[in-house]
Amino acid sequence: MDFGRISRRHLLQGGAALTLGSALGARSAYAADTTIGFIYVGSRDDYGYNQAHAQGAAALKKIPGIKVVEEEKVPETDAVEKTMESMINLDGASLLFPTSFGYFNPHMIKMANKYPKVRFEHCGGLWTEKDPKNAGSYFGYIDEAQYISGIVAGYTSKTGKLGFVAAKPIPQVLRNINAFTLGAKLANPKATTQVIFTGDWSMPVKEAEATNSLIDQGVDVLTCHVDGPKTMVENAAHRGAMVCGYHVNQSPLAPKAYLTGAEWNWEALYPKFVKLMTSGEGIPNFYRGGFKEEIIKVSPYGEAVSAEARKHADDVKAKLTEGSYTIFKGPILDNKGKTIIAAGTDRGQKDPELEKMDYLVEGVIGATS
Amino acid sequence: MTSEVADPVEASEIAPAADPGFLQRHGGTIEYILIPGAALVGALGVFGVFVALFGKNPLDLYFYMYQGAYGTWFSWQNTLTRAAPLILTALCTALPAQLGMVIIGGEGALLVGALSATAVALSMQWAPPLAVQLGMAAAGMIGGGLWIMLAGALRQYRGVNETISSLLLVYIALAILNHLVEGVMRDPSSLNKPSTRSIGAANMLGSIPGTDVHWGLVYGILAATASYILIYHTTFGFAARVAGGNIRAAKIVGLAVGKLILTICFLAGAAAGLAGMVEVAAVQGQTNANLAAGYGFTGILVAFLARQNPLAVIPVAILLGGISASGGLLQRRLGLPDASVQVLQGIIFVFVLASDALYGRIGFLKARS
Repeated sequence: MDFGRISRRHLLQGGAALTLGSALGARSAYAADTTIGFIYVGSRDDYGYNQAHAQGAAALKKIPGIKVVEEEKVPETDAVEKTMESMINLDGASLLFPTSFGYFNPHMIKMANKYPKVRFEHCGGLWTEKDPKNAGSYFGYIDEAQYISGIVAGYTSKTGKLGFVAAKPIPQVLRNINAFTLGAKLANPKATTQVIFTGDWSMPVKEAEATNSLIDQGVDVLTCHVDGPKTMVENAAHRGAMVCGYHVNQSPLAPKAYLTGAEWNWEALYPKFVKLMTSGEGIPNFYRGGFKEEIIKVSPYGEAVSAEARKHADDVKAKLTEGSYTIFKGPILDNKGKTIIAAGTDRGQKDPELEKMDYLVEGVIGATS
Repeated sequence: MTSEVADPVEASEIAPAADPGFLQRHGGTIEYILIPGAALVGALGVFGVFVALFGKNPLDLYFYMYQGAYGTWFSWQNTLTRAAPLILTALCTALPAQLGMVIIGGEGALLVGALSATAVALSMQWAPPLAVQLGMAAAGMIGGGLWIMLAGALRQYRGVNETISSLLLVYIALAILNHLVEGVMRDPSSLNKPSTRSIGAANMLGSIPGTDVHWGLVYGILAATASYILIYHTTFGFAARVAGGNIRAAKIVGLAVGKLILTICFLAGAAAGLAGMVEVAAVQGQTNANLAAGYGFTGILVAFLARQNPLAVIPVAILLGGISASGGLLQRRLGLPDASVQVLQGIIFVFVLASDALYGRIGFLKARS
């Protein structure tokens, strides 16, 4: 059996490579075993949610002594538990970023209990005191960036009709729709946002249909909250509408139509996490922030954005960055006419009430159920 | 293996035709092992070429595939965990195939089974864990069974093609699941990931002692064995195969074809429903959109690769579980995209289907006449 001999030889080669690898690692700036694992639910070049995390991972790869291992399209089942274990057992990972929402409970919590020496950092989950101490969750107030997109969209739209392609009517999505609409109304008090929910995070066909249907109804600026904005951006640009991006910078997909976009800034946050971990200080179990904490950013303005829009947007962004501005500031009515935030009440970014958002503000055309 | 094949061939050439040799007597069984085996080797060979085109060493590929799937005890557990639901969902296609029906809706039965099992668990919170688990298993099997029986009834009484109807029923099941999980069955605290309430940690099925593999594997093996005995060693199974061979002849000899169709479809759906119950009771602990992970669809592939033999489903599921378990290592060590595993599955599928033409045509295995 020739086959057997070959695999044995390869086993030896593999073993040698492994030893060599760890020997090299020992000489570098960080401890020999700083291997960091990234797990994505979709493909890492989706121009969206997963790519944003992959960009963060790419920033870590540049740090000497850090090895990054990645796995994409891992479903939110026990497959992700096995992926985490495999990264721990076979790659020696000591910090893991399971980046999809559905990985948190029960999968990541289970693995954190099983491997108390490994650090687990989850994007979007709500870590509480009863969860393991070696686990943590982080997220960004990306509605701040959506607010800026809204201002730019409000100035740019000729019809005053904006469109929003959204996945599901859950708090994180509703917050973005509402912030975008409130921003747009700063620029044009009569602006409306028509929202279409596709029902799931990655539904390219429905996203394309929603985009077309919005444009057919007179919408001329669109944005979205789905995992991969590529479909919406390309279709809208093709139809001659303007777009605001989401998750990452999609301007290469539509250079003329791209106004700005709400982006994650994981490439700034992840090296910060690694520094906290290696300095012995430790990563906080619960980490949240916006512009100020550099967790989010906006894409550079496209050429179609007027000077007036740029100035207004930059002003608000500066205030948000210094922390002197509140987006959800009363009085705010929902789109059925009910007061949800009374006059005089400021709901700051960290207000837990905002995490439970279940309404659409006045100016949004659509329903949560 | 080669020598075994070579010698008796010569022997049979020398021996008179009246006395069939070992190979001729067991030709059928040998074909069942030899042909799929050769198809698999061929597929791996083609995949090696494909990978070589990307500049990777195919020998590395085979080594990592082996290591990731069967190389260590951890890999074995990883493989078996992934195989467990596939055995059950494959039966959902393999059983109706005995009647000549092509059912591809195992995913729908899995979802309905999961939903029914969760509903029962949530309404039995007062009961001891064993009672809850039995209730869940019964509910999962009945739910899934009725779901596929619906496709069988549509075929029997309304002449609706069961392939199309069972596939469409998947989307209906998914819509019902989303509707309930986002509506009446929603746990109000599941803000950003609509889910039902948890069935409770005490009611969870544990792992098989000494392993990380959940009990679903044992259920799968038992169900596959029971199906094999039912189909090949009972009069009921014989009747089913007769009806599958020629439905008119079956009717003429007085077989109750309608009853056969409904019963077999119920059993098929019950297997997939049980897979759904296991996903809830052993993995997720609740029902949400994570359950639609495609096990039902991979099960179709398993059933076809096993040539619809309920017993062969077990090794084939372990093979595909291994391919999927090693996929992560291929991504991490060779930098191949996740899609490469799908390419391999596709190649295997084509090879196995194409190799169907070889049955009964291999000269040295043919009985002389």
